[in-house]
Amino acid sequence: MYRLLTLASQVVLAAGEEGAAEGGHEAEGGHEAIVPGITDGPLVEWAWLIVVVPIIAVFIILFWGKKLPFKGWEVAEGALGFVALYGTVLMYFNATQGIVYEGAIEIARIGDYHLEWGWMVDGLSIMMYFLVGVVGLLVFTYAKGYMKGDVRFTWFFVSFSLFAGGMLVLVAAPNLIQLIVGWELVGVSSYLLIAHYWEDFANVDAGNKAFMVNKVADAGLFLGAIIMAVSVGSFNFADIIDVVVHGEEGMLSQYAFWTGLLIFIGAMGKSAQFPLHVWLPDAMAGPTPVSALMHAATMVTAGVYLLGRLFPFYIDEAGIFGGDVRDIIIVIGGLTLFLTGFIAIVQDDIKKVLAYSTVSQLGYMVAAMGAGAYTAGLFHLFTHAFFKALLFLAAGSVIHAVHSNNMSDMGGLRKKMPITFWTFIAGTLALIGIFPFAGFFSKDEILASMKYSGQHGQDVANFILILGIAGAFITAFYMTRAVALTFFGEYKGHATPHESPKMMAYPLIGLGFFAVTAGWINFPGVYTGFTTWLATRVPLTGMGDHHADGLDWALVLIVTPTVLAGVAIGWWLYGKDKATQAERDTFRIPVLWPLFENLYYIDDFYMNGIVRPTMGPIARIVLWWDMNVIDGIVNVVGAGSLGVAKVVRTVDSNVVDGLYNEIGAGVDGLGSSLRRSFTGRIQQYAAFSFIGVVVIAVLFIIL
Amino acid sequence: MDWFENGWGLSLIVFLPVVGALAILAIPKAKESLLKWTALAFSLVTLALAIMLAMQFDYSAADTYQFGTAQDTTWISAINAHFHIAVDGISLPLVVLAAFITVLVIIYSWNHWPEPHNPKLLLAFVLILATGMTGTFVALDLVLFFVFFEVVLLPMYFMIGIWGDRGIREVPVVKWKIEMRLYASLKFFVFTLFGSAFMLLGFLALYFKSEEALGYRSFSMIELSDIGAAGAFTGTFAFLVFAGLFLGFAVKVPMWPLHTWLPDAHTAAPTIGSVILAAILLKLGTYAFIRISIPILPEQAIAWAPFIGILAVIGIIYGSLACLAQTDVKRLIAYSSVGHMGFVMLGIATMTEIGINAAIIGMVAHGLITGLLFFIAGSMAHRYHTRDMGRLGGQMVLMPKMGVLLGFAAMASLGLPSLAGFWGEFMSLMASFTPLEAIEATNLFRGFMVIGAIGTVLTAGYMLYMLRNVNFGEPAEEWADHEFEDVDSYEWLAWAPLVIGTIAIGVFPKIVFGATNDAVVGLVQKAFGG
Repeated sequence: MYRLLTLASQVVLAAGEEGAAEGGHEAEGGHEAIVPGITDGPLVEWAWLIVVVPIIAVFIILFWGKKLPFKGWEVAEGALGFVALYGTVLMYFNATQGIVYEGAIEIARIGDYHLEWGWMVDGLSIMMYFLVGVVGLLVFTYAKGYMKGDVRFTWFFVSFSLFAGGMLVLVAAPNLIQLIVGWELVGVSSYLLIAHYWEDFANVDAGNKAFMVNKVADAGLFLGAIIMAVSVGSFNFADIIDVVVHGEEGMLSQYAFWTGLLIFIGAMGKSAQFPLHVWLPDAMAGPTPVSALMHAATMVTAGVYLLGRLFPFYIDEAGIFGGDVRDIIIVIGGLTLFLTGFIAIVQDDIKKVLAYSTVSQLGYMVAAMGAGAYTAGLFHLFTHAFFKALLFLAAGSVIHAVHSNNMSDMGGLRKKMPITFWTFIAGTLALIGIFPFAGFFSKDEILASMKYSGQHGQDVANFILILGIAGAFITAFYMTRAVALTFFGEYKGHATPHESPKMMAYPLIGLGFFAVTAGWINFPGVYTGFTTWLATRVPLTGMGDHHADGLDWALVLIVTPTVLAGVAIGWWLYGKDKATQAERDTFRIPVLWPLFENLYYIDDFYMNGIVRPTMGPIARIVLWWDMNVIDGIVNVVGAGSLGVAKVVRTVDSNVVDGLYNEIGAGVDGLGSSLRRSFTGRIQQYAAFSFIGVVVIAVLFIIL
Repeated sequence: MDWFENGWGLSLIVFLPVVGALAILAIPKAKESLLKWTALAFSLVTLALAIMLAMQFDYSAADTYQFGTAQDTTWISAINAHFHIAVDGISLPLVVLAAFITVLVIIYSWNHWPEPHNPKLLLAFVLILATGMTGTFVALDLVLFFVFFEVVLLPMYFMIGIWGDRGIREVPVVKWKIEMRLYASLKFFVFTLFGSAFMLLGFLALYFKSEEALGYRSFSMIELSDIGAAGAFTGTFAFLVFAGLFLGFAVKVPMWPLHTWLPDAHTAAPTIGSVILAAILLKLGTYAFIRISIPILPEQAIAWAPFIGILAVIGIIYGSLACLAQTDVKRLIAYSSVGHMGFVMLGIATMTEIGINAAIIGMVAHGLITGLLFFIAGSMAHRYHTRDMGRLGGQMVLMPKMGVLLGFAAMASLGLPSLAGFWGEFMSLMASFTPLEAIEATNLFRGFMVIGAIGTVLTAGYMLYMLRNVNFGEPAEEWADHEFEDVDSYEWLAWAPLVIGTIAIGVFPKIVFGATNDAVVGLVQKAFGG
């Protein structure tokens, strides 16, 4: 049942030669640097436990959680601890030896297709195991404190474990089917988590919105996956990539544009790309730990991960596959990073600021994928996961203290909550990309790869590069505003703020550590471990990754001053003067501000243009049609035949009549009127049907 | 165990329930618990035999008929009808499903008696239904098939008519005011009888025509498939026969626009009636398409495929939209069947290995999931005494376990991957991308695929809409002080197997595909050539 993936070494060599021929900028280090050391043995063979343990934890918590001393939290925490530990060990061995392994068990055959559950253990998946495990562990730890006393504490950890488990099913997937399974498990558990406080319909509607927007995108993913699988004759990524790297012309190349676009639509849903980003800010309705995990290590990363998993298809070195889609991807990513950043400026809810910031950062990642920068996009995914989780948890800590999400109820908290303050600052510096914090490296790499792609034939990348630099300014501006309004100025709330308990503070420090250091693992020109770790892939093949060799000093000299300008203007507006801070926040630019505040009217359009008409008039017309037209015909025919049957009654068949009367008589406790109506009508209908059959039979024979 | 393999085992599975029904009729009405135990015992033994069948089934030869009676077992020699029953990979999952659902229905009815009570008659009807359903799935002779197909009609008719909803229904257009149960049972009966009449005509036509190819007249599905695959039935004759069979089967499925009996029948029927209807009876139609229409009339099947596909996708979209306008929980679930069976028919219409496999797993999944939904809807109506979503709400507070189960069933119904419903939906969309080439309507079917995908979105829409209104929010004032009994032990016993089955097939679809795949491949290759 177990299948060990055998690497087609000639593929590796062929791809490696091609990559080398392309020149220095591409595929840095090439594949010669990566020894395809297949670590087979218990470590990778048992890696399926990473997926299965959290799923088992779900059931344990569901059935026995309430009886446990910590109400099921300990099971969830243990499962995530296991994942974090296993992920770290795998990360270590991948860094030192390189791991490329795929295990699978067959779950069915259908036609010529094999359906399998499997587990990928390669650079990309290991990075995700590590990320989900470590961030998840810290968030779960935090959640114990945050959710203390919650009405549905145990249930929360059931959904939360399912959420992490679903994400692990997704990233372990060696085939499209399992990816879809994980994809939707993440979707359904996010629905449960967002609607956690379902007493209030507003939260339920937020959950429904997330589910539905994702379902629309999933329809795209379904179709894309179907076309891709049918074209290749297999659901396995290894087989699909194999066709791609060989540049085989055939069904896949024929439908490449559509399958690439449809799969990207799926990615747009989960990774909240414009205009399918609308669910994400509403997802703030869930408890803050959910926001932290959902918007950092899991769920929103799924789309970027999928683009990474199918990267050879999109980079399309043969020029016959998804290359055309890449221009669409980079434009969507560029629009997302630019447009949603503005919305963050006008939000008062601190979580919404972070939510729109997440959408904007996802735009960077997707744009990077569109620019053909595999490493850069996933590197930003990696660093962002830590500092965004940190920012959310720190925001949660503030919300916990002041009992409000609104920054207009905060202010001056830096002295009262020093740990929260300093970790929030670390997260902010990482997010806006100040050297040497994590975001500096990953954002620089994205911008550098856009520049590279712009110079190498992808004209649109030049434009997106400008949006990217402008986006960095906007990011710096709204984060400075958020810091100023929350931690500086005068306290405007009513509750008595205090530092959060240790259970919540320690995870902040842990994530703060990563927010500072996570960028160093890919310090161009110094140490580029991350690049080589990610390059171990199933199947081991050339990625054609557009990737920079060193820091692009020209870009750094443009971007860093831009960011600092954003900080300075933000500070000048909101931080400088304590007394007038609140007043200054009423600062508005006509036309633009209403546009931002109304979210570009996209939500309104979906609601009034699609959802309400479908649920209202369209559905009602269909039902009316069903009851009055289709069923109307049935009833009119029925009424007519009753009339005919009355004539026929005289020819009544005693056999039928007698049978029904007997059965009718056997029924006790029924009035005779019922019996009459039964036997009467039935025999009429039976007689009519019989005559009908005879008539048709005669016609049939004549014909 | 020769006796088991030589047709006796299968015969027992088919006829034991009806023996049970006779035994029950012999027990005095007053001894209620004896009645229940007798019914349960017979259904359990039947299930045990069905499981034994599944375990002894030779899956490596799933495309052959196994455990059958001899093909020439004389039955009605005057018309050359034989008592030929057997299972292959296609019918096996459905036989097990039927036996399984029968047991669950009897367990559930232990403490849920619809008025006017009378367990004796109701249990007898359930057992007769079991015989009819299983018989239809194993019959390999058209007369035998017809008899079993019709056997289910009467018990279900009485079940709806006697134990059904007594609310008054105002029938639009003709302005009748009539008790729901009477209207629904009549409609169910007439619709089905109408279809069956044409179906019978089709059977007879095949019987007479078979003489040309065989030298004698035959009702044997195997013989008819053999000569059908060789091209014995062509032209107008075949067209008319297919049309007759189509009417008979499409009413049962039901396909749009022949579906209007279904919402009424499901809504009016007592809970166990709805469950049996949804879980098994609807499958008689789709099964017959696979077992009779395609193999015997392959040429016509190809010609009709685009038409069937169109009706199927109309059903998907139309059923889903009708759900979105519902206020009655049970009616919503009923309309959802129109959409789900649309996916099954879409799979069949592609005439491919994947499509027909998808159809069968879709049938099994719909049986488990919609069966569960109707159980839950019934239990909810039993407690709230209303099915109006406008009045419900906050069930997660009132009955958290019921709420969780409803949520699970709704998620399964909207085709959540990792649960059973996903496979049928996804695979039938997949089959639509590359339908049988001979149909020569590949682009049309690709259009169906896109429409079907939109259907999955609408399905999610109405299920979430139902969950929002039933499960979430604060309970309405009228329920606030009311103490509700959450899921009781009989309900757990009846429902847990459905939940487990839904998860098991979702995670390990080999449970169904393992049996069906080879059989379907064989069927498609025989009918349409390599």
